[in-house]
Amino acid sequence: MLRVDNINVYYGQIHALKDISLEVQEHEIVALIGANGAGKSTTLRTISGLLRSKTGSISFLNEDISRTEAYKLVSKGMAHVPEGRRIFLQMTVLENLEMGAYVNSTNIKEDIADVFDRFPRLKHRRNQIAGTLSGGEQQMLAIGRALMSHPKLLMLDEPSMGLSPILVQQIFDIIKELHAAGTTILLVEQNAEMALQVADRAYVLESGRIKLTGTGSELAQSDEIKKAYLGG
Amino acid sequence: MEKIKNLNKFTRTNIRAYGLIILAFIVLFPLQSTGIISNSISGQLVPICTYIVMAISLNLTVGFLGELSLGHAGFMSVGAFTGVITAICLQEVIPSAALRLLIAIIAGGIAAGVAGFLIGIPVLRLRGDYLAIVTLAFGEIIKNIINCLYVGVDSNGLHMSMTNAEALGMINGKLIINGPQGAVGITKIASFTAGILLILFALFIILNLVNSKSGRAVTAIRDNRIAAESVGISVTRYKLTAFIISAVLAGMAGALYAMNFSTIAAKKFDFNTSILILVFVVLGGMGNIVGSIVATALLYILPELLREYADYRMLIYAIVLILVMLLTNSEKAKQMRERFVYKWKKRLRKNNDQQEGLKNG
Ligand SMILES: Nc1ncnc2c1ncn2[C@@H]1O[C@H](COP(=O)(O)OP(=O)(O)OP(=O)(O)O)[C@@H](O)[C@H]1O
Ligand SMILES: [Mg+2]
Repeated sequence: MLRVDNINVYYGQIHALKDISLEVQEHEIVALIGANGAGKSTTLRTISGLLRSKTGSISFLNEDISRTEAYKLVSKGMAHVPEGRRIFLQMTVLENLEMGAYVNSTNIKEDIADVFDRFPRLKHRRNQIAGTLSGGEQQMLAIGRALMSHPKLLMLDEPSMGLSPILVQQIFDIIKELHAAGTTILLVEQNAEMALQVADRAYVLESGRIKLTGTGSELAQSDEIKKAYLGG
Repeated sequence: MEKIKNLNKFTRTNIRAYGLIILAFIVLFPLQSTGIISNSISGQLVPICTYIVMAISLNLTVGFLGELSLGHAGFMSVGAFTGVITAICLQEVIPSAALRLLIAIIAGGIAAGVAGFLIGIPVLRLRGDYLAIVTLAFGEIIKNIINCLYVGVDSNGLHMSMTNAEALGMINGKLIINGPQGAVGITKIASFTAGILLILFALFIILNLVNSKSGRAVTAIRDNRIAAESVGISVTRYKLTAFIISAVLAGMAGALYAMNFSTIAAKKFDFNTSILILVFVVLGGMGNIVGSIVATALLYILPELLREYADYRMLIYAIVLILVMLLTNSEKAKQMRERFVYKWKKRLRKNNDQQEGLKNG
């Protein structure tokens, strides 16, 4: 479904991604793990068209998207929930969800009801200004908004960041549910343990390179991973 | 009453904005045509109308789009001189002054829109405050170009030169733009009615845009650019659209403005004018269209009213600016105002109830 082939991304002089290649098959959950600054967010931003690679190619649903603008990818079925709860702070919860349906506004009412079913907390706060939501609620809203575009591929950048253990569990439950409902997921996580539990396959990034790859359970067993990311 | 309460926020803003303008027209038009208001104020009616259009169109860029523009007068200038050239060329062909004015205003709008497009394309792709710098430069460049521009018309058509009037080489021609003197020999065809119609047109365009899907996209971009992109909004396209609309309206206002004088020079549309319009927008409130209208009208008339106190005029003007700024932007003042409005409403309701009581009892 998604194929990233040998990309190199720079921030000015900084060489952030070095010869990265990865692949996501349909109906998979693929995790991208690694230390702070390894280049995980940069990878997602490049896939979703916010950054450009100097080399290589990216294809999505058998179509080259290396030069496609970010906003066009949404209607092609890709949704990116960027790092750090990028919601519309001055709009209400409801308005945020409506904006999520910007490119696909056929069944807004039903879609909003679906999101509220998934995140009942948002339902009670539908008319609250998003900037006044708690961190966890903002994260739910960011995910809910991405769902409004009915993505075929959902890319989540650290959805569990800053959440209490119960909420983290909830977010991962939702990821599993979405996966069961047929959504393909590319997940970036600091929480390697949880990520490897849900992931079919995972890539480990270190200083802009892919260091390891394997199935979720393989990597969870690997000594190297245990030492570096699982605290043992 | 209940009905008005139930209307949404947008409709209420619309009613207020259109209502205010129409009311102003109903009150001022008879006063002006019967000569009751003084000449000096009556002469200001068209300029006030144009500045209101300038302020609400700038509000689209600054308030809704969230981009600082320091050269709005540049678009006014492009519109003004294009409008004058058009009107003078059409003088013989179209006898109806109203129709000529309309065509001149449209031509001014188109020319300013093209200028907005040329500036917007490279600049709005960039992030950051580049627009402020580029529009600032644009305003100055336009002023300097027109300062050494000579345009005339004769039986062979339009002539243009950058050196002097003789270089136009016209036979029995008519000089339209005469370098630093600007446009000369304009037939004054602007009217208060045309000004009001232009404001209504600008309101119609802006309020519809703001309340449309595109308008919400613009608000979303201002709120969070990355989030906007991630829901599939083309940031460049919407920024450019809003910016060009703002330029077109400024050009139309410029054309109307020029048509209110017999001569007009490029230095009228300089940096100070751009800043003056920005002041109207900031004082009226960012994104607040009704606020822009009120602020422009008051602040434009104020120096006229203070003419008797020539020595202190600018001092009083400055103090008023500071006071308004404090009143509209400080939290304390806002709270005080809200409390006042609340009490006022309560008293009104009480009075109403008493009257109802009297009627029923
Ligand atoms: N806008 C930027 N300008 C310059 N350097 C950047 C920029 N964004 C990221 N970097 C650098 O690129 C490298 C990769 O950053 P990235 O955000 O992809 O890391 P990450 O793996 O997502 O880390 P984290 O887990 O902390 O979110 C880092 O060294 C970072 O400092
Ligand atoms: Mg990151």
